[in-house]
Amino acid sequence: MSAPLTLLEAVTLALDYELGADPDVVVFGEDVGKNGGVFRATDGLQAKHGEDRVFDSPLAEAMIAGLSVGMAAQGLKPVSEIQFMGFVFPAMTQIITAAARIRNRTRGRLSCPMVMRMPYGGGIHAPEHHSESTEALFAHIPGIRVVIPSNPSRAYGLLLAAIRDPDPVIFLEPKRVYRLVKHEIENNGEAYPLDMCFVDREGDDVTLVSWGAYMHETLLAAGQLAAEGVSAEVIDAATVYPLDTETIIESVEKTGRLVVVQEAPRSGGVGSQIAAEVAEKALFSLIAPVGLVAGYDTIMPYAKMEYQYLPSVERIKDEVKKVMAYT
Amino acid sequence: MATRPQHRGRPKPARKGAAPELYKASKAQLIKFYREMLTIRRFEEKAGQMYGQGEIGGFCHLYIGQEAVVVGVQDCLLEGDSIITGYRDHGHMLAAGIDAGAVMAELTGRASGISSGKGGSMHMFSTENGFYGGHGIVAAQVPIGTGIAFAHRYRRQDNICVTYFGDGAANQGQVFEAFNMARLWDLPVLYVVENNRYAMGTSVLRSTGSRELWKRGDSFKIPGKQVDGMNVLAVRAAAGAAIDQVRSGKGPYLLEMQTYRFRGHSMSDPALYRSKEEVQHMKAEHDPIGQVKKLLLDNKMASEDDLKEIGREVKAEITRAAEFAIASPEPEAGELFTDVLAGAGS
Repeated sequence: MSAPLTLLEAVTLALDYELGADPDVVVFGEDVGKNGGVFRATDGLQAKHGEDRVFDSPLAEAMIAGLSVGMAAQGLKPVSEIQFMGFVFPAMTQIITAAARIRNRTRGRLSCPMVMRMPYGGGIHAPEHHSESTEALFAHIPGIRVVIPSNPSRAYGLLLAAIRDPDPVIFLEPKRVYRLVKHEIENNGEAYPLDMCFVDREGDDVTLVSWGAYMHETLLAAGQLAAEGVSAEVIDAATVYPLDTETIIESVEKTGRLVVVQEAPRSGGVGSQIAAEVAEKALFSLIAPVGLVAGYDTIMPYAKMEYQYLPSVERIKDEVKKVMAYT
Repeated sequence: MATRPQHRGRPKPARKGAAPELYKASKAQLIKFYREMLTIRRFEEKAGQMYGQGEIGGFCHLYIGQEAVVVGVQDCLLEGDSIITGYRDHGHMLAAGIDAGAVMAELTGRASGISSGKGGSMHMFSTENGFYGGHGIVAAQVPIGTGIAFAHRYRRQDNICVTYFGDGAANQGQVFEAFNMARLWDLPVLYVVENNRYAMGTSVLRSTGSRELWKRGDSFKIPGKQVDGMNVLAVRAAAGAAIDQVRSGKGPYLLEMQTYRFRGHSMSDPALYRSKEEVQHMKAEHDPIGQVKKLLLDNKMASEDDLKEIGREVKAEITRAAEFAIASPEPEAGELFTDVLAGAGS
């Protein structure tokens, strides 16, 4: 039975499915139980699956992460919610020094099958910690995965994959597009592959790589560019760490041009990493310098300035036109 | 300008007044305690020696002086119980029954080490023995131990998790977050603060506003007790009672073990923050092994010769462990990329 669902509803559906399928799955976090989550991603799950499996946790992020590691060490599959990505910092010590390293320290005797879900990114007119994109902080940590769905189908399939994965996954949900589009989703429990990019639009002139909410602007830009005679290939990175560079390199070898679109600040981001990989492995396929459309190296601003910070369809198109000038 | 915290005298020894409750050990049990404590002592002495010879890399935190704590607590545990601790973990591992050779091989970075030579002194695990590390970040193990206890409860197991931490960790915020969760869910966790009086070089007197660490659970309604952690019979008695309560489903319990490390924080610690007299006094009057030895001899449960024989056996075991470690090969270079993510590099 399929129904058109938003990205947010797809998250709920995936959690519901896996709670039903696997008694080791436990869902918790601040406001997650009775209230159904700050964005309502866990709405109805406690009533359906019980208070032992879907529950409110104290407002204590370090404990949420540490508790998850302990639960996972015993074979449970904790799926916690951090209300906003900007609230995760007290938990960083547990994520980096425990979750990411348990497998290595135990030589694989223990794994850490935990997921931390976090709404992230701009577009809701709030400053700093309610809107920033700090995925690169996690994408520097061996031993974890950073997975970002860009649409409802991917939210469903990738979240299922993340919960079933034996290693820790930071699952970042682009909250700006939580309710933007709907997809028909069949609730069949089918997971999408992790560690793989998705080619969402094929093209010959330029490769556009993005992830999360900015896949929408990137696809819009590609559509408009097509009308202007530019054929853009659009890739959703999806798992930004570890990154599927092969798919990106193959595309760049075909198109000869690359523009990366990220919401995060420009410096030290996933976009820089993609540029570095392409420079290392496909430099002589490039006929133009790599373009990077990104947020600025500044603090995520409040309401009225938000769209001065965030990339736009126009900025993406301008950057593509710049690289198209090289022939 | 704010005034600096004042140094307010020596730390108080275990509370005077009521005589400490002592476990009534049989001869066999007392000899077992003696042997186990001596094994840890000799292991650590050997580790110290091998560190000096450059066989052990990085840091090495010895447990000498604190042996009574783990030996007394471990004696109360059942099959399936879990243990987790911080970085001063060699004693906990040996008490849990983990092979001394596998631990020594890990300290020396050998492929046959319990973490294949990739974890080192602070990061060792043995799921077979219910030992969940070995954690180098101070207090990080406290929420993790609480999560392990959550899993025991979730699975309706009759098991508990003993979560050890030190007086330094006691001031970390994560500890209180974990206390709250443990009480909220009545989790089967025994928190054991090993108060050896010094967080590296900082005395509890210089770091801690309220020094009654056993009361740290008060605002979470977690009962607590202060224990003479240098006396294995006091440890055994207090741990036995606390664990009975935790196992019966009444939720968490907190024991403050007043203990003392005879060596520095790590091998590179000249211990300038405490007097030689203080260390000498603790060794002479409170040595956990010396106390049990005296009990055994005074009560004619063992002769000097019996104890010497135990000493020889222990020494032989530790020598074997050290020889095994040194003879073991180093990890292959390819090991650099294994066990990062499932399937990666293998």
